[in-house]
Amino acid sequence: MKKLSNKKINKTFRDNLITYGMVIAAYVIMQILVSAGSVSSLIQGLLVPLCTYAILAVSLNLTVGILGELSLGHAGFMCIGAFTSAFFSKVMENSAMPSGLRFFFAILIGAFFAGVFGLLIGIPVLRLKGDYLAIVTLAFGEIIKNLVNIMFVGRDENGFHISFTNTMDLNMSEDGDVIIKGAQGITGTPHDSSFTIGIVLLLITLFIVLNLIHSRDGRAIMAIRDNTIAAESVGIHITKYKLMAFSISAALAGVAGVLYAHNLSTLTALPKNFGYNMSIMILVFVVLGGIGNIRGSIIASVILTLLPELLRGLNDYRMLIYSIVLIVMMLFNWAPKCIEWREKVAARFKKSVKKEAE
Amino acid sequence: MALLEAKNLGISFGGLRAVDDFNIKIEKGSLYGLIGPNGAGKTTVFNLLTGVYKPTEGIITLDGKDVTGKKTIEINQAGIARTFQNIRLFKDLSVIDNVKVGLHNHMSYSTVTGILRLPKYYKVEKQMTEEAMELLKVFGLEEEAETLADNLPYGKQRKLEIARALATKPKLLLLDEPAAGMNPNETLELMETIRFVREHFDMTILLIEHDMKLVGGICEELTVLNFGRVLCQGKTSDVLNNPEVIKAYLGE
Repeated sequence: MKKLSNKKINKTFRDNLITYGMVIAAYVIMQILVSAGSVSSLIQGLLVPLCTYAILAVSLNLTVGILGELSLGHAGFMCIGAFTSAFFSKVMENSAMPSGLRFFFAILIGAFFAGVFGLLIGIPVLRLKGDYLAIVTLAFGEIIKNLVNIMFVGRDENGFHISFTNTMDLNMSEDGDVIIKGAQGITGTPHDSSFTIGIVLLLITLFIVLNLIHSRDGRAIMAIRDNTIAAESVGIHITKYKLMAFSISAALAGVAGVLYAHNLSTLTALPKNFGYNMSIMILVFVVLGGIGNIRGSIIASVILTLLPELLRGLNDYRMLIYSIVLIVMMLFNWAPKCIEWREKVAARFKKSVKKEAE
Repeated sequence: MALLEAKNLGISFGGLRAVDDFNIKIEKGSLYGLIGPNGAGKTTVFNLLTGVYKPTEGIITLDGKDVTGKKTIEINQAGIARTFQNIRLFKDLSVIDNVKVGLHNHMSYSTVTGILRLPKYYKVEKQMTEEAMELLKVFGLEEEAETLADNLPYGKQRKLEIARALATKPKLLLLDEPAAGMNPNETLELMETIRFVREHFDMTILLIEHDMKLVGGICEELTVLNFGRVLCQGKTSDVLNNPEVIKAYLGE
């Protein structure tokens, strides 16, 4: 009995180690390549977004794969994390706080606000199921983006001023400073993000998500996913665990938002970065990487982010090939015939390895 | 005093009177059967007892405490656990994890402990594994502890559902057609298991069943439902020989 429990802990432990190891290995290889000067500046510019997307995919997988609810508003939580943290960094920019500490607080603030919004939105939304839930989360994501787009916040010696119409409406004194300028967003956010910080945040995200899954709470969340009625009948508090998973997922999306915001000099809430396009793109990472498969989410997000850039030389055919790759990946991962074929190939491979050993 | 007592229980769905004037008294430690033709309202009674439906009228008391109209979770914590007619396992979790979900409210650590893997996590998880393995051994499932619940053969899925229900440490166990879909050998084995559960866990069991061999073989008392009403109640042998009951089952 003891052996068995050890075996199990060892197996999940080993699985988790492979995931962490994969991320660290990718980091080391990239660092070596960058210092050797063999990475184009285009790809170098993609390193932080890659971390951002990987964090987003992992955090959305917590909602879609582990909790089993389809959410299409994930970019909204990222938006909240991005704007709250950028606002904080902007306000604190000229204070005595060292930049490292400031960024640390910015991350906490981004995660906290995104988590709180996840909780607030989750309370009404998680009563719904399936398609209905997807539609409502989509709407909330858009609402968040559009609210940010019309928000003006400024600061002068009297404190903060908020308006939803224009800069004039803020009624600020002469030397006041407008921080969030509606559709123009926040400009001049300190450039605190780096590839190293991105990887560290990705590892922390992985640590939280993987450990949550393999704990008492994770089991309860997956029990709800597999059979809500049965989970209730053994005394699992459905609402509590649904909200827990949803708000942790939102908070981690907020962290990705912080990373994103501090990598750009101008932060604006466009449909491209915080709209439903983004939400769908993250969902594509999750679905292609395998629903509930955390490692797969990271791999899919890396491949699908790099691919359009690597295909840039093909100009007009770029998106065509991208979509073909999507379809092929989907078939390869999920089509029953492909799974059969993969198993056959794996079995043959094993056999030939055995023969060689003999 | 009876462990479970339902008085005057009734529920209507719109104009349909699903259960009417249902009375039952189950003594501690007894093995009680609830039988009746299809559509008689047996599962509805289970759903009333476990809080899935709220009764339109009547009172349910468990161990002297009123549990009428409580939520499913509260009723589970008060001490009633159940299995389902159509098996409801956590199919993408391993067999042992299914049982551990049942232990959820009995052994706990905080979310933060779980995420940061503090020493308490390892201690409690080890206890949970030990306790879950003990339950699995009772049902002969210890070999399959790491198998996905979905991949178990049918008979073993039924057993796992009982194990999961027992993990919540109930006072009363409700089994909804435990032998449904089983072959005669599996049914015999199940009868042994049910007897064993009663002895080993000192459990009170109420079961719904159509298999008269099983019902006649292990139940001490029976209640027969027909069209939502109690047709007959009493000792198994008396009830099964009652002409009214035979008429309800076989027609005239």
